[in-house]
Amino acid sequence: MRQAEVVIIGAGPAGLAAAKPLLDVGAEVTLIDRSAMLGGQLTKQTHMFFGSEKQHASKRGIDILKLMVEAIETYPNLTVLTETTVVGLYADKVVSCVKDDHYFKIQAQYILIAAGASEKSLPFENNDIPGVYAAGAVQTLMNVYGVKPGDRVIMVGSGNIGLIVSYQLMQAGVQVPLLLEAADTISGYLVHASKIRRLGVDIRMNTSIKRALGETSVEAAEIWQLDENWQGIEGTETIIPCDTICLSVGLAPLTELLQQAGAEVKYVRELGGHVPKINQHYETSLDAVYACGDVAGIEEASSAMISGHIAGIEIALKAGYTVANANDILPRLRHDLRNLREGPHGEKIRIGLKKLGVA
Amino acid sequence: MIEKTGIASLEQVKQEFPDKVVLKKPKAIIECYKEIPCNPCHTSCPFEAIYIPEDINVRPKIDFDKCTGCGICVYNCPGLAIMVTQIKDGKIAMRIPYEFTPLPEVNQTVYVVNRAGERISEAKVTRVQISEKQNKTALIAIELDEQYLYEAITIEVHHGS
Repeated sequence: MRQAEVVIIGAGPAGLAAAKPLLDVGAEVTLIDRSAMLGGQLTKQTHMFFGSEKQHASKRGIDILKLMVEAIETYPNLTVLTETTVVGLYADKVVSCVKDDHYFKIQAQYILIAAGASEKSLPFENNDIPGVYAAGAVQTLMNVYGVKPGDRVIMVGSGNIGLIVSYQLMQAGVQVPLLLEAADTISGYLVHASKIRRLGVDIRMNTSIKRALGETSVEAAEIWQLDENWQGIEGTETIIPCDTICLSVGLAPLTELLQQAGAEVKYVRELGGHVPKINQHYETSLDAVYACGDVAGIEEASSAMISGHIAGIEIALKAGYTVANANDILPRLRHDLRNLREGPHGEKIRIGLKKLGVA
Repeated sequence: MIEKTGIASLEQVKQEFPDKVVLKKPKAIIECYKEIPCNPCHTSCPFEAIYIPEDINVRPKIDFDKCTGCGICVYNCPGLAIMVTQIKDGKIAMRIPYEFTPLPEVNQTVYVVNRAGERISEAKVTRVQISEKQNKTALIAIELDEQYLYEAITIEVHHGS
Protein backbone atom coordinates (compact mmCIF):
# COMPACT_ATOMS: atom_id res chain seq x y z
CA MET A 1 0.00 0.00 0.00
CA ARG A 2 1.15 3.54 -0.77
CA GLN A 3 2.00 5.69 2.22
CA ALA A 4 1.30 9.39 2.55
CA GLU A 5 1.72 11.75 5.42
CA VAL A 6 -1.14 14.04 4.44
CA VAL A 7 -3.78 13.24 1.84
CA ILE A 8 -5.87 16.15 0.59
CA ILE A 9 -8.98 15.06 -1.26
CA GLY A 10 -10.08 17.78 -3.65
CA ALA A 11 -7.82 20.36 -5.31
CA GLY A 12 -10.24 23.29 -5.45
CA PRO A 13 -9.70 26.59 -3.67
CA ALA A 14 -9.86 24.94 -0.21
CA GLY A 15 -7.55 22.03 -1.00
CA LEU A 16 -4.98 24.18 -2.82
CA ALA A 17 -4.95 26.72 0.02
CA ALA A 18 -4.47 23.93 2.57
CA ALA A 19 -1.57 22.34 0.68
CA LYS A 20 0.66 25.42 0.81
CA PRO A 21 1.31 25.70 4.58
CA LEU A 22 1.77 21.93 4.81
CA LEU A 23 4.33 21.93 1.99
CA ASP A 24 6.04 24.91 3.59
CA VAL A 25 6.78 22.96 6.78
CA GLY A 26 8.06 19.99 4.78
CA ALA A 27 5.10 17.60 5.14
CA GLU A 28 4.67 14.97 2.42
CA VAL A 29 1.40 15.96 0.76
CA THR A 30 -0.61 13.90 -1.71
CA LEU A 31 -3.20 16.04 -3.47
CA ILE A 32 -5.96 14.11 -5.19
CA ASP A 33 -8.54 15.38 -7.66
CA ARG A 34 -10.89 13.57 -9.99
CA SER A 35 -10.44 16.15 -12.75
CA ALA A 36 -7.55 16.41 -15.16
CA MET A 37 -7.03 20.01 -14.05
CA LEU A 38 -6.33 21.33 -10.59
CA GLY A 39 -8.53 24.12 -9.29
CA GLY A 40 -12.03 22.71 -8.87
CA GLN A 41 -14.60 25.40 -9.55
CA LEU A 42 -11.87 27.99 -10.12
CA THR A 43 -11.19 26.44 -13.55
CA LYS A 44 -14.38 27.99 -14.89
CA GLN A 45 -14.70 31.17 -12.87
CA THR A 46 -13.93 33.85 -15.42
CA HIS A 47 -15.43 36.62 -13.27
CA MET A 48 -13.64 38.89 -10.83
CA PHE A 49 -13.74 37.79 -7.20
CA PHE A 50 -15.24 39.69 -4.30
CA GLY A 51 -13.65 39.86 -0.86
CA SER A 52 -10.48 41.72 -0.01
CA GLU A 53 -7.00 41.69 -1.52
CA LYS A 54 -5.97 38.92 0.88
CA GLN A 55 -8.40 36.62 -0.95
CA HIS A 56 -7.30 37.97 -4.35
CA ALA A 57 -10.39 40.18 -4.74
CA SER A 58 -10.82 41.79 -8.15
CA LYS A 59 -8.75 39.04 -9.81
CA ARG A 60 -10.56 36.51 -11.96
CA GLY A 61 -11.02 32.96 -10.60
CA ILE A 62 -9.01 31.44 -13.44
CA ASP A 63 -6.08 33.75 -12.63
CA ILE A 64 -6.32 33.03 -8.89
CA LEU A 65 -6.07 29.35 -9.78
CA LYS A 66 -2.80 29.96 -11.63
CA LEU A 67 -1.36 31.80 -8.62
CA MET A 68 -2.42 29.03 -6.25
CA VAL A 69 -0.98 26.26 -8.40
CA GLU A 70 2.26 28.18 -9.02
CA ALA A 71 2.59 28.59 -5.26
CA ILE A 72 2.79 24.82 -4.69
CA GLU A 73 3.78 23.02 -7.89
CA THR A 74 7.56 23.16 -7.44
CA TYR A 75 7.64 21.58 -3.99
CA PRO A 76 9.44 18.21 -4.09
CA ASN A 77 7.29 17.02 -1.17
CA LEU A 78 4.11 17.35 -3.23
CA THR A 79 2.52 14.40 -5.08
CA VAL A 80 -0.37 15.29 -7.36
CA LEU A 81 -2.86 12.64 -8.48
CA THR A 82 -5.25 14.04 -11.09
CA GLU A 83 -8.02 12.09 -12.83
CA THR A 84 -8.12 10.11 -9.63
CA THR A 85 -11.40 9.42 -7.89
CA VAL A 86 -11.45 8.59 -4.20
CA VAL A 87 -13.99 5.79 -3.92
CA GLY A 88 -13.58 4.86 -0.28
CA LEU A 89 -12.45 6.32 2.99
CA TYR A 90 -11.98 4.30 6.17
CA ALA A 91 -11.62 5.29 9.80
CA ASP A 92 -8.09 3.83 9.91
CA LYS A 93 -7.20 6.51 7.35
CA VAL A 94 -7.02 4.25 4.33
CA VAL A 95 -7.98 6.11 1.15
CA SER A 96 -8.97 3.94 -1.81
CA CYS A 97 -8.67 5.45 -5.25
CA VAL A 98 -9.35 4.67 -8.89
CA LYS A 99 -7.16 6.10 -11.63
CA ASP A 100 -7.15 4.86 -15.24
CA ASP A 101 -9.27 1.84 -14.25
CA HIS A 102 -6.62 0.96 -11.72
CA TYR A 103 -7.60 0.56 -8.05
CA PHE A 104 -5.14 1.34 -5.30
CA LYS A 105 -5.03 2.28 -1.64
CA ILE A 106 -3.13 4.92 0.29
CA GLN A 107 -2.40 4.73 3.99
CA ALA A 108 -2.48 8.29 5.26
CA GLN A 109 -1.55 9.76 8.62
CA TYR A 110 -3.68 12.85 8.14
CA ILE A 111 -6.58 13.38 5.78
CA LEU A 112 -8.19 16.61 4.70
CA ILE A 113 -11.51 16.36 2.89
CA ALA A 114 -11.95 19.35 0.60
CA ALA A 115 -14.29 17.60 -1.81
CA GLY A 116 -16.59 20.57 -2.34
CA ALA A 117 -20.22 20.19 -3.27
CA SER A 118 -22.59 18.96 -5.93
CA GLU A 119 -25.43 20.83 -7.56
CA LYS A 120 -28.98 20.30 -6.40
CA SER A 121 -31.75 19.65 -8.89
CA LEU A 122 -35.41 20.59 -9.02
CA PRO A 123 -38.34 18.23 -9.51
CA PHE A 124 -40.59 19.17 -12.43
CA GLU A 125 -42.15 17.37 -15.36
CA ASN A 126 -39.65 16.54 -18.12
CA ASN A 127 -36.64 17.64 -16.09
CA ASP A 128 -34.74 14.69 -17.59
CA ILE A 129 -34.90 15.72 -21.24
CA PRO A 130 -31.80 17.03 -23.00
CA GLY A 131 -31.44 20.78 -22.55
CA VAL A 132 -32.09 20.78 -18.82
CA TYR A 133 -28.77 21.51 -17.13
CA ALA A 134 -27.38 22.50 -13.79
CA ALA A 135 -25.79 25.97 -13.96
CA GLY A 136 -22.36 24.72 -12.96
CA ALA A 137 -22.43 22.19 -15.78
CA VAL A 138 -23.26 24.93 -18.25
CA GLN A 139 -20.39 27.00 -16.87
CA THR A 140 -18.01 24.05 -17.30
CA LEU A 141 -19.17 23.45 -20.87
CA MET A 142 -18.69 27.09 -21.83
CA ASN A 143 -15.69 28.21 -19.87
CA VAL A 144 -13.60 25.04 -19.64
CA TYR A 145 -14.45 23.28 -22.90
CA GLY A 146 -15.60 26.17 -25.08
CA VAL A 147 -18.93 24.54 -25.89
CA LYS A 148 -22.01 26.72 -26.25
CA PRO A 149 -24.80 24.94 -24.33
CA GLY A 150 -27.70 26.45 -26.29
CA ASP A 151 -28.94 29.62 -27.94
CA ARG A 152 -31.71 30.69 -25.57
CA VAL A 153 -31.52 29.90 -21.89
CA ILE A 154 -33.97 30.31 -19.04
CA MET A 155 -32.18 30.48 -15.71
CA VAL A 156 -33.85 29.15 -12.58
CA GLY A 157 -32.48 30.59 -9.33
CA SER A 158 -31.17 34.04 -8.38
CA GLY A 159 -28.22 33.05 -6.21
CA ASN A 160 -24.78 34.27 -7.23
CA ILE A 161 -24.21 31.22 -9.45
CA GLY A 162 -27.44 31.80 -11.38
CA LEU A 163 -26.69 35.50 -11.78
CA ILE A 164 -23.04 35.01 -12.76
CA VAL A 165 -23.69 32.15 -15.17
CA SER A 166 -26.44 34.21 -16.84
CA TYR A 167 -23.90 36.98 -17.42
CA GLN A 168 -21.30 34.55 -18.75
CA LEU A 169 -23.86 32.97 -21.08
CA MET A 170 -24.48 36.40 -22.56
CA GLN A 171 -20.74 36.96 -22.85
CA ALA A 172 -20.68 33.75 -24.90
CA GLY A 173 -23.37 35.14 -27.18
CA VAL A 174 -26.28 33.18 -25.70
CA GLN A 175 -29.65 34.87 -25.10
CA VAL A 176 -30.94 34.83 -21.54
CA PRO A 177 -34.42 36.37 -21.68
CA LEU A 178 -35.54 35.34 -18.22
CA LEU A 179 -34.35 34.45 -14.75
CA LEU A 180 -36.81 32.95 -12.25
CA GLU A 181 -36.69 33.00 -8.47
CA ALA A 182 -39.10 31.12 -6.21
CA ALA A 183 -38.48 33.42 -3.24
CA ASP A 184 -39.68 37.02 -3.05
CA THR A 185 -36.26 38.67 -3.23
CA ILE A 186 -33.05 38.17 -5.20
CA SER A 187 -30.79 35.91 -3.17
CA GLY A 188 -27.40 36.74 -4.73
CA TYR A 189 -25.51 40.04 -4.75
CA LEU A 190 -27.57 42.90 -6.15
CA VAL A 191 -24.63 44.18 -8.20
CA HIS A 192 -24.71 40.89 -10.14
CA ALA A 193 -28.48 41.16 -10.60
CA SER A 194 -28.26 44.76 -11.81
CA LYS A 195 -25.47 43.76 -14.19
CA ILE A 196 -27.70 41.29 -16.04
CA ARG A 197 -30.90 43.30 -15.69
CA ARG A 198 -29.32 46.18 -17.61
CA LEU A 199 -28.43 43.69 -20.34
CA GLY A 200 -32.11 42.91 -20.68
CA VAL A 201 -32.63 39.82 -18.49
CA ASP A 202 -36.15 39.86 -17.04
CA ILE A 203 -35.81 38.87 -13.37
CA ARG A 204 -39.03 37.54 -11.84
CA MET A 205 -39.71 36.77 -8.21
CA ASN A 206 -42.19 34.19 -6.83
CA THR A 207 -41.96 32.32 -10.10
CA SER A 208 -40.74 28.86 -10.97
CA ILE A 209 -40.76 26.29 -13.68
CA LYS A 210 -43.76 23.98 -13.94
CA ARG A 211 -42.49 21.74 -16.70
CA ALA A 212 -40.18 21.55 -19.64
CA LEU A 213 -41.79 21.17 -23.05
CA GLY A 214 -40.25 19.30 -25.96
CA GLU A 215 -40.21 15.86 -27.51
CA THR A 216 -36.52 15.04 -27.81
CA SER A 217 -35.05 18.13 -26.22
CA VAL A 218 -36.18 21.37 -24.58
CA GLU A 219 -38.29 23.58 -26.85
CA ALA A 220 -39.94 25.74 -24.20
CA ALA A 221 -40.45 26.17 -20.49
CA GLU A 222 -43.83 26.44 -18.86
CA ILE A 223 -43.46 28.75 -15.91
CA TRP A 224 -45.90 29.78 -13.21
CA GLN A 225 -46.20 32.05 -10.24
CA LEU A 226 -45.84 30.70 -6.74
CA ASP A 227 -47.86 31.55 -3.66
CA GLU A 228 -46.28 32.34 -0.29
CA ASN A 229 -45.93 28.61 0.40
CA TRP A 230 -44.03 28.16 -2.85
CA GLN A 231 -46.98 26.30 -4.41
CA GLY A 232 -47.73 26.93 -8.08
CA ILE A 233 -50.83 29.04 -8.76
CA GLU A 234 -53.12 27.48 -11.36
CA GLY A 235 -53.96 29.82 -14.21
CA THR A 236 -50.71 31.79 -14.07
CA GLU A 237 -48.87 29.51 -16.49
CA THR A 238 -46.95 31.05 -19.39
CA ILE A 239 -44.96 29.24 -22.06
CA ILE A 240 -41.57 30.72 -22.89
CA PRO A 241 -39.68 29.37 -25.91
CA CYS A 242 -36.10 28.31 -25.11
CA ASP A 243 -33.70 25.47 -25.91
CA THR A 244 -32.03 25.30 -22.51
CA ILE A 245 -33.25 25.38 -18.93
CA CYS A 246 -30.49 26.06 -16.47
CA LEU A 247 -30.98 25.15 -12.80
CA SER A 248 -29.14 27.09 -10.16
CA VAL A 249 -30.99 25.95 -7.08
CA GLY A 250 -28.26 25.40 -4.55
CA LEU A 251 -25.39 23.13 -3.68
CA ALA A 252 -25.07 20.13 -1.37
CA PRO A 253 -21.81 19.29 0.45
CA LEU A 254 -20.13 16.09 -0.76
CA THR A 255 -19.89 14.37 2.61
CA GLU A 256 -20.29 10.76 1.41
CA LEU A 257 -16.66 9.85 2.06
CA LEU A 258 -16.82 11.29 5.56
CA GLN A 259 -20.02 9.39 6.26
CA GLN A 260 -18.50 6.18 4.97
CA ALA A 261 -15.54 6.61 7.29
CA GLY A 262 -17.97 7.08 10.17
CA ALA A 263 -17.49 10.78 10.81
CA GLU A 264 -20.35 12.38 12.66
CA VAL A 265 -22.49 14.53 10.38
CA LYS A 266 -25.46 16.77 10.99
CA TYR A 267 -28.16 18.02 8.66
CA VAL A 268 -28.01 21.80 8.63
CA ARG A 269 -30.25 23.34 5.99
CA GLU A 270 -28.38 26.67 6.03
CA LEU A 271 -25.11 24.93 5.22
CA GLY A 272 -26.60 23.04 2.27
CA GLY A 273 -27.36 19.62 3.79
CA HIS A 274 -25.36 17.07 5.74
CA VAL A 275 -22.11 18.55 7.01
CA PRO A 276 -19.41 17.06 9.23
CA LYS A 277 -19.28 18.12 12.84
CA ILE A 278 -15.94 19.86 12.97
CA ASN A 279 -14.21 21.55 15.87
CA GLN A 280 -12.50 24.95 15.70
CA HIS A 281 -9.39 23.24 14.30
CA TYR A 282 -11.43 21.86 11.35
CA GLU A 283 -11.00 18.31 12.67
CA THR A 284 -14.00 16.01 12.28
CA SER A 285 -15.16 13.54 14.93
CA LEU A 286 -12.51 11.16 13.51
CA ASP A 287 -8.99 11.68 14.79
CA ALA A 288 -6.68 13.29 12.20
CA VAL A 289 -9.46 13.57 9.60
CA TYR A 290 -10.20 17.20 8.72
CA ALA A 291 -12.74 18.95 6.49
CA CYS A 292 -12.77 22.44 4.97
CA GLY A 293 -14.30 24.41 2.13
CA ASP A 294 -17.79 23.73 0.80
CA VAL A 295 -17.87 20.17 2.14
CA ALA A 296 -18.10 21.75 5.60
CA GLY A 297 -20.87 24.16 4.54
CA ILE A 298 -21.68 25.99 1.31
CA GLU A 299 -20.00 29.39 1.04
CA GLU A 300 -18.14 31.55 -1.42
CA ALA A 301 -14.74 30.47 -2.81
CA SER A 302 -13.00 33.25 -0.88
CA SER A 303 -14.18 31.61 2.38
CA ALA A 304 -13.04 28.21 1.10
CA MET A 305 -9.53 29.58 0.53
CA ILE A 306 -9.33 30.90 4.10
CA SER A 307 -10.77 27.78 5.72
CA GLY A 308 -8.33 25.69 3.66
CA HIS A 309 -5.42 27.84 4.78
CA ILE A 310 -6.46 27.46 8.43
CA ALA A 311 -7.00 23.69 8.10
CA GLY A 312 -3.58 23.25 6.49
CA ILE A 313 -1.88 25.07 9.37
CA GLU A 314 -3.91 23.15 11.95
CA ILE A 315 -2.85 19.81 10.45
CA ALA A 316 0.79 20.90 10.37
CA LEU A 317 0.59 21.86 14.06
CA LYS A 318 -1.13 18.62 15.00
CA ALA A 319 1.57 16.68 13.14
CA GLY A 320 4.15 18.37 15.33
CA TYR A 321 5.61 20.83 12.87
CA THR A 322 6.55 24.35 13.82
CA VAL A 323 4.58 26.80 11.73
CA ALA A 324 6.29 30.19 11.65
CA ASN A 325 4.11 32.91 13.18
CA ALA A 326 1.14 30.54 13.58
CA ASN A 327 0.04 32.52 16.62
CA ASP A 328 -0.31 35.62 14.47
CA ILE A 329 -1.54 34.04 11.27
CA LEU A 330 -4.33 31.86 12.66
CA PRO A 331 -6.20 34.59 14.55
CA ARG A 332 -5.87 36.87 11.53
CA LEU A 333 -7.30 34.23 9.18
CA ARG A 334 -10.18 33.53 11.57
CA HIS A 335 -10.83 37.25 11.74
CA ASP A 336 -10.86 37.55 7.93
CA LEU A 337 -13.28 34.63 7.69
CA ARG A 338 -15.61 36.16 10.28
CA ASN A 339 -15.46 39.41 8.32
CA LEU A 340 -16.51 37.70 5.07
CA ARG A 341 -19.49 36.24 6.92
CA GLU A 342 -20.52 39.46 8.62
CA GLY A 343 -22.87 41.17 6.14
CA PRO A 344 -26.49 40.31 5.31
CA HIS A 345 -25.30 37.67 2.82
CA GLY A 346 -23.41 35.92 5.62
CA GLU A 347 -26.48 35.48 7.79
CA LYS A 348 -27.30 32.01 6.51
CA ILE A 349 -23.84 30.68 7.17
CA ARG A 350 -23.76 32.32 10.62
CA ILE A 351 -27.04 30.60 11.56
CA GLY A 352 -25.80 27.32 10.10
CA LEU A 353 -22.52 27.35 11.98
CA LYS A 354 -24.36 28.13 15.20
CA LYS A 355 -26.62 25.11 14.65
CA LEU A 356 -23.55 23.01 13.99
CA GLY A 357 -22.02 24.34 17.18
CA VAL A 358 -18.81 25.75 15.69
CA ALA A 359 -19.62 29.47 15.64
CA MET B 1 -37.67 47.67 -5.97
CA ILE B 2 -34.10 46.63 -6.55
CA GLU B 3 -34.25 43.54 -4.31
CA LYS B 4 -36.90 42.09 -6.61
CA THR B 5 -35.95 43.47 -10.02
CA GLY B 6 -32.27 44.35 -9.99
CA ILE B 7 -33.25 47.89 -11.02
CA ALA B 8 -32.29 50.77 -8.74
CA SER B 9 -34.97 53.45 -8.37
CA LEU B 10 -34.34 57.00 -9.57
CA GLU B 11 -34.16 58.15 -5.92
CA GLN B 12 -31.50 55.55 -5.17
CA VAL B 13 -29.52 56.50 -8.26
CA LYS B 14 -29.68 60.23 -7.50
CA GLN B 15 -28.34 59.66 -3.99
CA GLU B 16 -25.14 58.28 -5.47
CA PHE B 17 -24.57 61.35 -7.67
CA PRO B 18 -22.94 64.57 -6.47
CA ASP B 19 -24.33 67.98 -7.28
CA LYS B 20 -24.19 68.72 -11.01
CA VAL B 21 -21.63 71.48 -10.41
CA VAL B 22 -19.23 68.86 -9.08
CA LEU B 23 -19.64 66.87 -12.29
CA LYS B 24 -17.88 69.57 -14.30
CA LYS B 25 -14.97 67.31 -13.55
CA PRO B 26 -15.19 63.55 -14.06
CA LYS B 27 -16.27 61.61 -10.96
CA ALA B 28 -16.80 57.96 -10.13
CA ILE B 29 -20.42 57.03 -9.45
CA ILE B 30 -20.70 53.96 -7.26
CA GLU B 31 -23.90 51.93 -7.31
CA CYS B 32 -23.34 49.38 -4.58
CA TYR B 33 -26.73 49.35 -2.87
CA LYS B 34 -26.36 46.43 -0.49
CA GLU B 35 -23.65 45.31 1.89
CA ILE B 36 -21.40 42.62 0.42
CA PRO B 37 -17.98 41.50 1.64
CA CYS B 38 -15.89 43.35 -0.92
CA ASN B 39 -13.39 46.22 -0.99
CA PRO B 40 -11.31 46.47 -4.23
CA CYS B 41 -12.72 49.95 -4.98
CA HIS B 42 -11.22 51.14 -1.71
CA THR B 43 -7.85 49.39 -2.08
CA SER B 44 -7.42 50.21 -5.78
CA CYS B 45 -8.06 53.96 -5.53
CA PRO B 46 -4.71 55.80 -5.79
CA PHE B 47 -6.25 58.97 -4.31
CA GLU B 48 -7.88 57.44 -1.21
CA ALA B 49 -11.18 58.81 -2.42
CA ILE B 50 -13.18 55.66 -1.72
CA TYR B 51 -13.45 54.44 1.82
CA ILE B 52 -14.48 51.05 3.19
CA PRO B 53 -13.57 50.36 6.83
CA GLU B 54 -12.03 47.25 8.37
CA ASP B 55 -15.43 45.52 8.08
CA ILE B 56 -15.44 45.06 4.31
CA ASN B 57 -19.22 44.58 4.27
CA VAL B 58 -19.79 48.28 4.78
CA ARG B 59 -20.87 50.08 1.61
CA PRO B 60 -18.23 52.27 -0.05
CA LYS B 61 -18.21 56.02 0.65
CA ILE B 62 -16.73 58.32 -1.97
CA ASP B 63 -15.14 61.70 -1.36
CA PHE B 64 -15.84 63.64 -4.55
CA ASP B 65 -13.21 66.24 -3.59
CA LYS B 66 -10.52 63.59 -3.81
CA CYS B 67 -11.91 61.62 -6.79
CA THR B 68 -10.17 62.53 -10.04
CA GLY B 69 -12.34 60.33 -12.25
CA CYS B 70 -9.32 58.26 -13.27
CA GLY B 71 -11.42 55.12 -13.72
CA ILE B 72 -9.15 52.67 -11.92
CA CYS B 73 -11.95 51.62 -9.55
CA VAL B 74 -14.24 51.04 -12.55
CA TYR B 75 -12.29 48.07 -13.87
CA ASN B 76 -11.37 46.85 -10.39
CA CYS B 77 -14.97 46.57 -9.18
CA PRO B 78 -15.98 42.88 -9.43
CA GLY B 79 -19.63 43.93 -9.55
CA LEU B 80 -19.16 46.31 -12.50
CA ALA B 81 -21.04 48.77 -10.32
CA ILE B 82 -18.96 51.89 -10.94
CA MET B 83 -18.85 54.32 -13.86
CA VAL B 84 -17.22 57.70 -14.39
CA THR B 85 -19.41 60.62 -15.41
CA GLN B 86 -18.77 64.24 -16.32
CA ILE B 87 -20.98 67.05 -17.60
CA LYS B 88 -19.51 69.33 -20.24
CA ASP B 89 -21.32 71.74 -22.56
CA GLY B 90 -24.76 70.21 -22.00
CA LYS B 91 -23.47 66.73 -22.69
CA ILE B 92 -22.41 63.94 -20.44
CA ALA B 93 -19.19 62.07 -20.98
CA MET B 94 -19.39 58.62 -19.43
CA ARG B 95 -16.90 55.84 -19.04
CA ILE B 96 -18.43 52.45 -18.38
CA PRO B 97 -16.97 48.98 -17.77
CA TYR B 98 -17.47 46.57 -20.66
CA GLU B 99 -16.71 42.84 -20.85
CA PHE B 100 -18.02 41.71 -24.22
CA THR B 101 -16.17 40.97 -27.42
CA PRO B 102 -15.63 42.26 -29.97
CA LEU B 103 -15.15 45.66 -28.38
CA PRO B 104 -16.83 48.60 -30.11
CA GLU B 105 -14.62 50.92 -32.09
CA VAL B 106 -14.03 54.61 -31.66
CA ASN B 107 -16.68 56.63 -33.53
CA GLN B 108 -18.99 53.65 -33.71
CA THR B 109 -22.61 54.42 -32.87
CA VAL B 110 -23.99 52.28 -30.07
CA TYR B 111 -27.27 52.12 -28.18
CA VAL B 112 -27.34 53.52 -24.67
CA VAL B 113 -29.50 51.51 -22.29
CA ASN B 114 -31.02 52.20 -18.90
CA ARG B 115 -31.00 50.06 -15.75
CA ALA B 116 -33.91 48.00 -17.06
CA GLY B 117 -32.02 47.18 -20.25
CA GLU B 118 -34.18 49.45 -22.45
CA ARG B 119 -32.60 51.47 -25.23
CA ILE B 120 -32.94 55.16 -24.41
CA SER B 121 -30.62 56.82 -26.89
CA GLU B 122 -27.75 56.40 -29.26
CA ALA B 123 -24.22 57.60 -28.66
CA LYS B 124 -20.85 57.71 -30.31
CA VAL B 125 -17.96 55.86 -28.76
CA THR B 126 -15.22 58.39 -28.08
CA ARG B 127 -12.59 56.14 -26.54
CA VAL B 128 -11.92 52.45 -25.95
CA GLN B 129 -9.49 51.77 -23.15
CA ILE B 130 -8.08 48.28 -22.60
CA SER B 131 -4.71 47.49 -21.10
CA GLU B 132 -3.00 44.56 -19.42
CA LYS B 133 -3.70 45.91 -15.93
CA GLN B 134 -7.40 46.22 -16.68
CA ASN B 135 -7.49 42.43 -16.90
CA LYS B 136 -10.09 42.16 -19.66
CA THR B 137 -12.52 44.79 -18.36
CA ALA B 138 -12.51 47.51 -21.01
CA LEU B 139 -13.54 51.08 -20.35
CA ILE B 140 -15.77 52.51 -23.06
CA ALA B 141 -16.21 56.27 -23.24
CA ILE B 142 -19.37 57.69 -24.80
CA GLU B 143 -20.91 61.14 -25.12
CA LEU B 144 -24.62 61.78 -24.93
CA ASP B 145 -27.22 64.36 -24.04
CA GLU B 146 -27.33 65.59 -20.45
CA GLN B 147 -30.97 64.58 -19.99
CA TYR B 148 -29.85 60.95 -19.65
CA LEU B 149 -27.58 61.65 -16.68
CA TYR B 150 -29.48 59.48 -14.20
CA GLU B 151 -30.69 56.96 -16.76
CA ALA B 152 -27.76 55.85 -18.90
CA ILE B 153 -25.93 52.87 -17.47
CA THR B 154 -24.37 50.81 -20.25
CA ILE B 155 -24.24 50.32 -24.00
CA GLU B 156 -25.52 47.77 -26.44
CA VAL B 157 -23.27 47.19 -29.40
CA HIS B 158 -24.70 46.09 -32.69
CA HIS B 159 -22.27 44.11 -34.71
CA GLY B 160 -22.41 43.84 -38.44
CA SER B 161 -24.44 47.01 -38.71
